[in-house]
Amino acid sequence: MPELELVVNGEPRSLEVEPRTLLVHALRDGLGLTGAHIGCDTSQCGACTVLVEGRAVKSCTMLAVQAEGFTVTTIEGLAPPGELHPIQRAFVEHHGLQCGFCTPGVILTTADLLARDPAPDDETIRRALRGNLCRCTGYQAIVESIRAAGSALGAEASA
Amino acid sequence: MIPAPVGYLRASSLEEALDALGGEDAKALAGGQSLLPVMKLRISRPTVLVDIGRLPLAGVEIGDGELRIGPLTTWDELERAEALETPALAAFGECAAGVGDLQVRNRGTVGGSIAHADPASDLPAVLLAFGARLEVRSPDGERTLETADFFRGPFTTALSSQELITEVICPVPPPGSGSAYVSVEHPASGFALAGAAALVRPDGSTSIAVTGVGSTPFLLPADRNPAETLAEAEIFGDRFAPADYRRHLATVVVRRALGRAGQRAEENRP
Repeated sequence: MPELELVVNGEPRSLEVEPRTLLVHALRDGLGLTGAHIGCDTSQCGACTVLVEGRAVKSCTMLAVQAEGFTVTTIEGLAPPGELHPIQRAFVEHHGLQCGFCTPGVILTTADLLARDPAPDDETIRRALRGNLCRCTGYQAIVESIRAAGSALGAEASA
Repeated sequence: MIPAPVGYLRASSLEEALDALGGEDAKALAGGQSLLPVMKLRISRPTVLVDIGRLPLAGVEIGDGELRIGPLTTWDELERAEALETPALAAFGECAAGVGDLQVRNRGTVGGSIAHADPASDLPAVLLAFGARLEVRSPDGERTLETADFFRGPFTTALSSQELITEVICPVPPPGSGSAYVSVEHPASGFALAGAAALVRPDGSTSIAVTGVGSTPFLLPADRNPAETLAEAEIFGDRFAPADYRRHLATVVVRRALGRAGQRAEENRP
């Protein structure tokens, strides 16, 4: 089996994977990072979204071997242990989650969105969320959380 | 869902990739946004994946009156390419922005999608309207295929199993042209129920192509009213959109694309 080397949440990791192993399974079963959720298995729901080289990808639609040498960020690595990232804080404060199953994916998609566009309008936010399904249908609060997260990150950057 | 066991080779050169594709049931893997879902469903069961994803074949360039798009350009890169932010080339960005979702656009590639040849794929309509050609390469050498000859049927193309798209080339329309891509999507899958690309040149001539409505995307004859052509065309129907409804949608998206392209052409007049 190929030996896979990648940088996960800032730490170099290596593990053996079959070529057919999906990135989400390598993260969950190989590295114990269960924050990447498996919601649909068919590339629809976005619950498995992680950042690969800073970009949001569905980790159920990428082979682990395709990530060789890349940096991967999961929800566990967005902020230092015990702390909340400003996006996570905005979701807490603005009721951006109900059951929370879709939340890791939504937050990592948000991280990609806000890295490119720190002050997106609602239409841009909704378009960015197209690949993340929330079965609680709490989209309005998610949009408000993302707007607040953008403001918080903007304030942090200019502070 | 996990794909069936498969071999894997990360190609470090085009030559190595082409050579490896000579293996029985070998399959090229670029971004994987079309291939991996069908492998998970075991509709596709290649014996070996030849990963071409890291070959230096991405980029959007304009020079000598031609637009050149590298096959490994992602939808996200295509959507944001500054070179395409002109009224004449607006259809490309418009089309790329509507593909899949952010995560899919971050990984999915132009060449992978063209080779996959989903009959509801958006870009082929734009390529047809612009008269694009595809440079392809096999171990035997290079050849050039017109987009109009490339799509043979649903998920079927003129590519041989040991051939890769190396470049997508379109003539840049004359100054004063405008283009647009308009689609009506299936709300869940996001694929086009009907999509139309239109190019309006300064002399008033137009090129229009549609996707999502037939077994392949197709160009509408320039010397005929589009609505008349669509009224007689063989249109595909399914439980989501029966043929009559799709035919209606096709006339709507053609009208909208033509209108928007014409408006852009007017704004682009010197």
